[in-house]
Amino acid sequence: MSTARDQIFAALREGFKGRNDAAAKVGADARIARREPNLVPARGKPEGRKAALAAFTAMAEEASATVARVNTMIDVPNAVADFLRMHNLPMRAVLAPDPLLDAARWERRKTLELRKGAAEAFDEVGISLAWRAVAETGTLVMLAGANTPTTINFLPETEIVILPADRVVGCYEDALAPLRAKGGDGRHSLPRVVNFVTGPSRSADIEQTLQLGAHGPRRLHIVIVDDAA
Amino acid sequence: MTEMSPLHFKEASVRALGDAELQRALGNMRQGFIEKRSKAAARLPEFEALRDKAKEIKDHVLAHLDVYLEQFEKNCVANGGTVHWAKDTAQARDIILNICRLVGAETVTKGKSMVGEEIAINAFLEANGIRPIETDLGEYIIQLRNEPPSHLIAPAIHVNKEQVAEAFRAHHRDLSPERPLTDRAALLNEARRALRERFLEADVGITGANFLVAETGSTMIVTNEGNGDLTQTLPRIHIVIASLEKVVPNLDDAMTLVRVLARSATGQEMSVYTTISTGAKRPGDLDGPEQFHVVLIDNGRSKLVGTEFQEVLRCIRCGACLNHCPVYGSVGGHAYGSVYPGPIGKVLTPALYGLDKARDLPNASSFCGRCEDVCPMRIPLPKMMRHWREQEYQQRLIAPRLRWALRAWAFVAAQLPTLYHLGARVAAFWLYRRGKKLHGRLAALPYAEGWTRFRDFPAPLGKTFQSQWRGARRHKRAEAPPAGPPS
Repeated sequence: MSTARDQIFAALREGFKGRNDAAAKVGADARIARREPNLVPARGKPEGRKAALAAFTAMAEEASATVARVNTMIDVPNAVADFLRMHNLPMRAVLAPDPLLDAARWERRKTLELRKGAAEAFDEVGISLAWRAVAETGTLVMLAGANTPTTINFLPETEIVILPADRVVGCYEDALAPLRAKGGDGRHSLPRVVNFVTGPSRSADIEQTLQLGAHGPRRLHIVIVDDAA
Repeated sequence: MTEMSPLHFKEASVRALGDAELQRALGNMRQGFIEKRSKAAARLPEFEALRDKAKEIKDHVLAHLDVYLEQFEKNCVANGGTVHWAKDTAQARDIILNICRLVGAETVTKGKSMVGEEIAINAFLEANGIRPIETDLGEYIIQLRNEPPSHLIAPAIHVNKEQVAEAFRAHHRDLSPERPLTDRAALLNEARRALRERFLEADVGITGANFLVAETGSTMIVTNEGNGDLTQTLPRIHIVIASLEKVVPNLDDAMTLVRVLARSATGQEMSVYTTISTGAKRPGDLDGPEQFHVVLIDNGRSKLVGTEFQEVLRCIRCGACLNHCPVYGSVGGHAYGSVYPGPIGKVLTPALYGLDKARDLPNASSFCGRCEDVCPMRIPLPKMMRHWREQEYQQRLIAPRLRWALRAWAFVAAQLPTLYHLGARVAAFWLYRRGKKLHGRLAALPYAEGWTRFRDFPAPLGKTFQSQWRGARRHKRAEAPPAGPPS
């Protein structure tokens, strides 16, 4: 008895009768390997860092994210604490264990209580690091990995994302291109998860009326760091 | 559950028109979706060019579907995923149940999936002792109400907030009766609270896929709530269910489709969460599922390849055709009696389940053409409905009286053109005279009671189309200089 897979391919090939299968394979393989953007809208090609940052900020705010800007990593803990205080949130957060975030020297801000790791059900605030940000639509690109657990992006009610300014690119394709080579460990085609995040979670499922904070974060705060190196 | 069958479209649509709650709910849609889409389209100068590109990508995929599926499978497996193939609903259900049983699953969380509705996976799991929980807010509401979805992207569009409150009070045992659930924010918070526990306790998470990427063996989902991501991140097992035509060649192609998807669906520039998943948890990862399964479901798609219905497989399930359809806007989704309502359902339902089981659907159209105008994938839906009407005639599925009337009309029009034109002129003039009394409308018409029982019929202007056309041509020829030889 033939397998479901065999039956499906037999049915497909029935529909492709008369097609040159060898040429079709060559054409499809070439298409997969082409790896160049199809049509990128003009707004996905901002000129220079300054324009990209301005476009990213405007679009992210339009998607109901809030954006703060600081000079260096050292300034990040104060920006985080200011945001938490303004929204009357606890000074407690789960922090992505990325070495770059250590440069913030969080311990200097004593009121801020941090735990490094993946997010748990009880975490109200999560802090993570963006891999890239896309000016086209104000979209953050977050990767799953040992240093940036995915749960931080979804479990806490408030998410704060640290974004080094030089990570802002024009379009989605700009963010994906370097990932194809990366893959994490050389054995995979991509990191396990790539999350494109545009604003906080929302739903319009009740009477077509938009509300923020459906299952993911209610608030998304982005701290842009001009000189993160 | 309400008896769902496309065979009852006529009765169901009459009921829907008289359903005041439903009509109130459908009123929200006209304002929301249509205006938002048109604003988003106007704001992106490249939108029409992106639609052309998106169409081209899917046409190319459908002409090479076998090759891309093989590539997807190869790359998914290379990244540590497992690929399963299901010819039909029964096979898909068995595969999913087996995975759940192997890990001793008691509860399953689910992201929104149309193919999941197609194979009715929830009812099947429940019958086999596994508790499925829908996590998309709209899907969750209709699961509690024991109803099928009535829209591709807004499954509970037919439900009003008072009915949502009623459903929560009936099912959330730990909800205090004193807690007010009068406003939408309170309802959203209550759903968030109740579902949070379900996310954390689930053994298996099932999501659909908007796209499958052949290049990387990845699956992609697009959501606004984040429910799909919690569904696939927290449980030990992630199962992706997807129909065959979701595959695209590479990441660039996927992002081109993403650019038209949200704008066409909700008018957003970008949905909140677009997630690309490649394989299971890796060494060092602090979270993520231990197993990554992809179930590829045919359910009648493969037999559409190479036919006049192949183009319907370009559909990316944005729902724009529903939002802009005057028929859907009047009767809502349930009247169609199919997982796929609206214009896309009129073409897809007969293709998947057989024309004899859905013959009213391709006829439930005024051919206004708005569905094709707004379809990001430029699917010629009216043309395909016409294909179904032709097949309905050929397969003798229409009423004998109608069939004979059509045959007689065709015979006279083709074989006795003089008599036909004379008859048409007489009829047009007679109807024009009758219509004069009612400002060009007819309140009753022989053989057209189906129309005139509910509304007036516009009377002809006295001349037939053909005679007007001839007149216009004569007029034009008299004015224009003699035409040159045909090129």
